[in-house]
Amino acid sequence: MPQVAVVQYPGSNCDLDALEVLQKIVRVKTDLVWHKQLTHDNYDGYILPGGFSYGDYLRAGAIAAHSPSLKIVREAAKAGKPVLGICNGFQILVEANLLPGAVLRNANLRFICKWINLRVDNNKTPFTRKMKMGQLLRVPIAHNEGRYYLEPEQIQTLEKNGQVVLRYADNKGDTTMDANPNGSLENIAGICNPDHNVMGLMPHPERASQSELSPYNNAEGRLIFDSMIETIRERNEGRR
Amino acid sequence: MTVLEEIQKPNLTREEMEYAVRKLGRQPGSVEWAMLEAEWSEHCSYKSSRQVLKQLPTKGPRVLVGPGYDAGVVDVGEGWVITLHIESHNHPSAIDPYGGAATGVGGVVRDILSLGTRPIALLDPLRFGKLDSPHSRWLFENVVRGIGEYGNCIGVPTVGGEVEFDESFERNCLVDVVCVGLGKKKDLVMADADTLGDLVYLVGGSTGRDGIRGASFASRVLTEKSDTERSAVQVPDPFAKKLIIEAVLEAVNSGLVRGMKDLGGGGITCALSEMAAKGGTGMRIELDKVRKREPDMHAAEIMISESQERMALVINPKMEDRLIQTLEKYEIPYSRIGTVTNDGQLTITMGGDIVASAPSRFVAEAPLAHHSSRKPVYIDKLEKTNHPDAPKDLGRTLLRLLASSNIASKEWIYRQYDHEVGIRTLVKPGDADSAHLRLPNGKRLAITIGGNSKRCYLDPYWGSVGAVSEALCNLAATGAQPLAVVDHLQFGNPNNPEVYWTFKETVRGITDYLTAVKVACVGGKVSFYNEDAETGTAIKPSPVISAIGLVEKQTRLIREAFTGKGNDVIIVGETGPEMGGSEYYEHIHRVTGGTVPRVRLKTEKKLLAAIVRTLRSNLALSAHDCSKGGLAVTLSEMAIKSGRVGFKVDLDKLPGKAGRIDEKLFSESPSRFILETERRKTNRVIRSFRRAGILAGKLGETTDDQHLSFGDRMQTFRLDLSEASDIWGRTISEIMEVRSQ
Repeated sequence: MPQVAVVQYPGSNCDLDALEVLQKIVRVKTDLVWHKQLTHDNYDGYILPGGFSYGDYLRAGAIAAHSPSLKIVREAAKAGKPVLGICNGFQILVEANLLPGAVLRNANLRFICKWINLRVDNNKTPFTRKMKMGQLLRVPIAHNEGRYYLEPEQIQTLEKNGQVVLRYADNKGDTTMDANPNGSLENIAGICNPDHNVMGLMPHPERASQSELSPYNNAEGRLIFDSMIETIRERNEGRR
Repeated sequence: MTVLEEIQKPNLTREEMEYAVRKLGRQPGSVEWAMLEAEWSEHCSYKSSRQVLKQLPTKGPRVLVGPGYDAGVVDVGEGWVITLHIESHNHPSAIDPYGGAATGVGGVVRDILSLGTRPIALLDPLRFGKLDSPHSRWLFENVVRGIGEYGNCIGVPTVGGEVEFDESFERNCLVDVVCVGLGKKKDLVMADADTLGDLVYLVGGSTGRDGIRGASFASRVLTEKSDTERSAVQVPDPFAKKLIIEAVLEAVNSGLVRGMKDLGGGGITCALSEMAAKGGTGMRIELDKVRKREPDMHAAEIMISESQERMALVINPKMEDRLIQTLEKYEIPYSRIGTVTNDGQLTITMGGDIVASAPSRFVAEAPLAHHSSRKPVYIDKLEKTNHPDAPKDLGRTLLRLLASSNIASKEWIYRQYDHEVGIRTLVKPGDADSAHLRLPNGKRLAITIGGNSKRCYLDPYWGSVGAVSEALCNLAATGAQPLAVVDHLQFGNPNNPEVYWTFKETVRGITDYLTAVKVACVGGKVSFYNEDAETGTAIKPSPVISAIGLVEKQTRLIREAFTGKGNDVIIVGETGPEMGGSEYYEHIHRVTGGTVPRVRLKTEKKLLAAIVRTLRSNLALSAHDCSKGGLAVTLSEMAIKSGRVGFKVDLDKLPGKAGRIDEKLFSESPSRFILETERRKTNRVIRSFRRAGILAGKLGETTDDQHLSFGDRMQTFRLDLSEASDIWGRTISEIMEVRSQ
């Protein structure tokens, strides 16, 4: 039976949303774990939810990245377990150097909340295996600091390793300027580590996992959680 | 002059000071004067409004708690309750728009939390001067940023709002915040300290010199010196607030809290005196135990500081260890500052000395202030304004209205608000007349706002009736049955008899409307002194109404966008030649005057019920209530929001007394709705309205030719959907993104 932890930091505010979706929609055993209580790597997978951990003081995600709980997350990542960072969780993973690059202030210098399209650029990761290559997912973003940046020469390495997982795209699947809400480099919305088991993304799949919440009447965000759980099941069976 | 010296000269009237001496039987000391000044300020005491507000209907079958508490409470079934409150932060926002707006959100969120309920949604009714003024743009930009950053950080979605731009708000912007809470009926906490020996805890932020005399500052007119009073504006800390929300709710859900109140206007004085007065008790408080962020604070400063992010909790001593555990988990600072006593006295000590001692009820209940009232002379004069001639180019007129900042898209605002967090938002900002949130019992909560200061200026009675009607029509247009309203009444200086008259007329109007439709007012706020001494201008009377409604059964969500071509366009309600306060008069003709639209109070309840019935029976595909800009703008918005569906309407078929074509197009007669219906259902829908005694008729149909086409037997005109959509969509963002740079 897979067991997932949603790690709660002071200032997390999408923790309860992720918990609700995992428990009630994906139907997987999930605990909300206060960061101080995360002292052992007892779970099959970890989710770092969105919000403003530690009030985004210093830099978004910077303080949480240095909390003791990240040692456990790092351990789990090393052991090959799936770790998913959503929005502020993505910022934490970047600050913790579990993912490359930086997440900067939106190009328009404003907070943006809107539904966007994500194009799946690698469907072989533990978080995208239930999708098709190039498939579009409609999910909302809500952030002030979501502009992904990496030294341009490193982007090629990322591409080569299949680490660019999700990009902002228009309805035809083209990664146009207009489809890029925050000025992210090469429309990048979600990336993973070289081993593909740690992924971060700025959009909120937990807000697009039930069709009644979507203006498009879809639940495409759910595919990310479904993929993650399928990966965990497979890993658990392999071990048996 | 230092703060302390100023405190020794209380901002109270001579009558109030005499009353204090008489009641207490002695001269109050300096700390007591400071407490009385804060608690007897207009902001905390409602001394000028209480008598008048008594007439509002406050009871209803679902109402559990009405006015007088931090928030109203409504039963939504299956053990769940909704709490609702509205607050403003007008004075602080006028001099520090970012901090003022942010702490305004913080304040109303604390009110909702005080009842032990989780804040689940915010709405923001705002009023500014016109956007061609750089000062107004500065206020607008920073108020929106302040609301956004605070709400986004604490994880409460901002799901709706309303904005009005008018010269009278140039110096005194109005920043109102509505907060909705959700909780279990069994976990409700009231602001009572009724048990002898209970402990008083102060949790959250420390106490500093910020927000000193904030309540009293908000109870005066702004002057040229107000800019130097920034110390009266509190400092926001949404991160601390988020932790307090989680810790307090955990404590409440574990049954640890017996009474609770937030520290807002009037600080410790207000919170403690009101809790003790409500519980019929007293308190003994040691100020040495209050955590302070600044050295050498005077007892008076501690008693009236409005430092943010603080809550007062009253608990059973047996629960003390568990409360401390919860607070420490979230790393929230706390201190035990005193105990509940049975002597009815609020006794404050510092360094072992008693610095204040007065009956809690005496402190909490200010003497009433009496004001005379007189109908302003301008009212009759403006009503007789002549009708301006109709413009020749009606298409261009409509485009100009769509580009008016009062009508144009508010997307620039709501993009900056997280309206999704909490995964409850079913109908998002801009999609319909009310936002819809899903509730854990399977029902849907609808929330909306109504207000129209231009009309209230011309006729405060009918203007206010119209504002409540607007809110209830917004609910009806999404199929929601009204549950309750809260009102926010904003005026200039009540010592001016003409201002006070408009206040009384406003309350009379709201009362008559709510009585007619049998809906209760469960709370509200009064904000006077929205006046600027430098220019001598008072704001237009600005009642703002927030209404909540319920959708009991899972019916289809109704939005305002047309859904497809070949459907019928129906109008419900009558269109009259009532042009006073209309955007057409004010924006196109620059005319302030004319007759303000009048709601038919006798048929309103039937009308709302008939609309809800129609939508619940899935007889309409889309719906929108007619408000600013009238019929022409309402239809245009439905087409614009569809992005692809146009329409063709025949104005000769419009029911009502409007004769001229500009009246038909732009009259803002209240209680009107546009419905899109499938052709085969149209007759059934129209018949059902007529049976209920309500005028309704088919106006035309939806088309796929991307045109907005209007006509009567004399003339026709049409606009391209894309042109209308473009101008409506870009006006505000263009002003804010280009001009501000």
